[in-house]
Amino acid sequence: MATVKVSEAEKVYILHGIRDDLRVDGRGCEDYRHVEIETDVVSNTDGSAKVTLGYTAVLVGIKADIGKPKPMVPNEGYLEFFVDCSANATPEFEGRGGEELGTELSNTLYKVFNNKHSVDLKSLCISAGEHCWVLYVDVLLLQCDGNLYDAISIAIKAALFNTKIPRVHISADEEGGKEIELSDDPYDCMRLDVENVPCIVTLCKVGHRHVVDVTLQEKACSVASLIISVTHKGTITCTRKVGGGSLDPESIFEMTEAGKRVGKALHAPLMALLQQEESLGKKRQKVGFLG
Amino acid sequence: MAADMRLPTIRKPVSLCSGERKDLVVPGDVITSDTGFMRGHGTYVDEDKLTASVAGEVQRVDKLICVRPLKTRFNGEVGDVVVGRITEVQQKRWKVETNSRLDSVLLLSSVNLPGGELRRRSAEDELTMRQYLLEGDLISAEVQSVFSDGALSLHTRSLKYGKRQKTHFHNLPCGASIILGNNGFVWLYATPSNEEEEAGGFYTSLEPVSLSDREVISRLRNCLLALAAHKVLLYDTSVLYCYESSLQHQVKDILKPEVMEEIVMLTQQKLLEQEG
Repeated sequence: MATVKVSEAEKVYILHGIRDDLRVDGRGCEDYRHVEIETDVVSNTDGSAKVTLGYTAVLVGIKADIGKPKPMVPNEGYLEFFVDCSANATPEFEGRGGEELGTELSNTLYKVFNNKHSVDLKSLCISAGEHCWVLYVDVLLLQCDGNLYDAISIAIKAALFNTKIPRVHISADEEGGKEIELSDDPYDCMRLDVENVPCIVTLCKVGHRHVVDVTLQEKACSVASLIISVTHKGTITCTRKVGGGSLDPESIFEMTEAGKRVGKALHAPLMALLQQEESLGKKRQKVGFLG
Repeated sequence: MAADMRLPTIRKPVSLCSGERKDLVVPGDVITSDTGFMRGHGTYVDEDKLTASVAGEVQRVDKLICVRPLKTRFNGEVGDVVVGRITEVQQKRWKVETNSRLDSVLLLSSVNLPGGELRRRSAEDELTMRQYLLEGDLISAEVQSVFSDGALSLHTRSLKYGKRQKTHFHNLPCGASIILGNNGFVWLYATPSNEEEEAGGFYTSLEPVSLSDREVISRLRNCLLALAAHKVLLYDTSVLYCYESSLQHQVKDILKPEVMEEIVMLTQQKLLEQEG
């Protein structure tokens, strides 16, 4: 992860601030920074979203391709994740520097979505055992100021909401094999139900308290964090502990409860915002990257 | 507690005065084909035409034409006050990050060591450099000279400088102190209650800061970010007016776009009133 150097005095200041529930920028321990979300920013994808969380910026593009289903689950499609840490974010990511972080992020995403309920994979099936939709989810880190997991999960949820998969018609051709036809009408498409897509909450242990949505400076003062993915009902799909420090079981329980609370509260405003953006339709003023 | 999520909007820069039409150029723009002019910084001659090499504003002084870039690394002059962070500890010097093209240099002979000003530097001092300044420490210093490759040589020999201290140093009436470095770095800290003279060395206070002081510092920090986002120059007056205009909002709300615009507009109005 990108790191900043912090002096001893600054660490103590940040520690005392978090203890008193007043962080460097005035937030409380469970407050998020200002979030801006925009979907449909990349024109040659089936779904895309750009999320800015404070100074962290993440771009997600989703492409739907026809592929062969996995042998164990012939009547389901699947998702493939790839995270690219661009050197735009920080010079540390130049060349292959961002590869380690990228693999860690994509492995966590696989774990988060590895259950039956997050995305309805059966709806991605075209013909059992032969063809299915594969959704390639590509994440690009544009700017890095801490809290990558949360920003990425919000962006993925928004991009999945925005994804339009063309409808297919299966017909039999002359030799008896199956032929797949994609609908030519750009509006004839299938949308995904993203109600159950989880959002990731990262809680960092700083001193004796846990903090949500840390900046890079605050991250330098914490030794361990807990990553929890929570659905809108409060169900946890995946937990991971990262960092070299140790967490005692009581604080893990406290952090999990806090994570559930905070994660649950993320979904409602996110869905409301996505519906609002959708309802604006053509009238929406596209901001893109030059706003 | 709920996250503040919204759709992005195209932000317009807040400016009360429309100002005179500025001569803006981008790299490659031809400034003039007249060969009678002398070329200054930010320009080059391409087939007898004076062309800009940076994106910025053209400045003409008699026969000298130069282009002042809109955004650039800090180019230090002798006498500038800078705020920097130690990046490396080397043999007889420290490397300091000051947002310039090269890391600035702070020589061991340019700092005040405990024991007084006229103390001789010994070999032991060289081995215990880390006890004075460690990687990651913040310092305020003055530019002593500029090396031939453009790197700055800093010094903290005047008792004003060091890890922090008393132009550029302002004790604001709201209860915090601020050091505005010429390089764009700003240091905010709680005004120390005891103003004692130290014989030398660096001063770090690890005492907990009171909640009211902490709120003042957080509010100032957000105000500074708001002013910077709207390209308002930072002086102790502009910072203070911005602080006063922000008192009606909660500290964490100051970074919301509409609140930022409102506060910066009020600040600019007050600054114009004071000028006129």
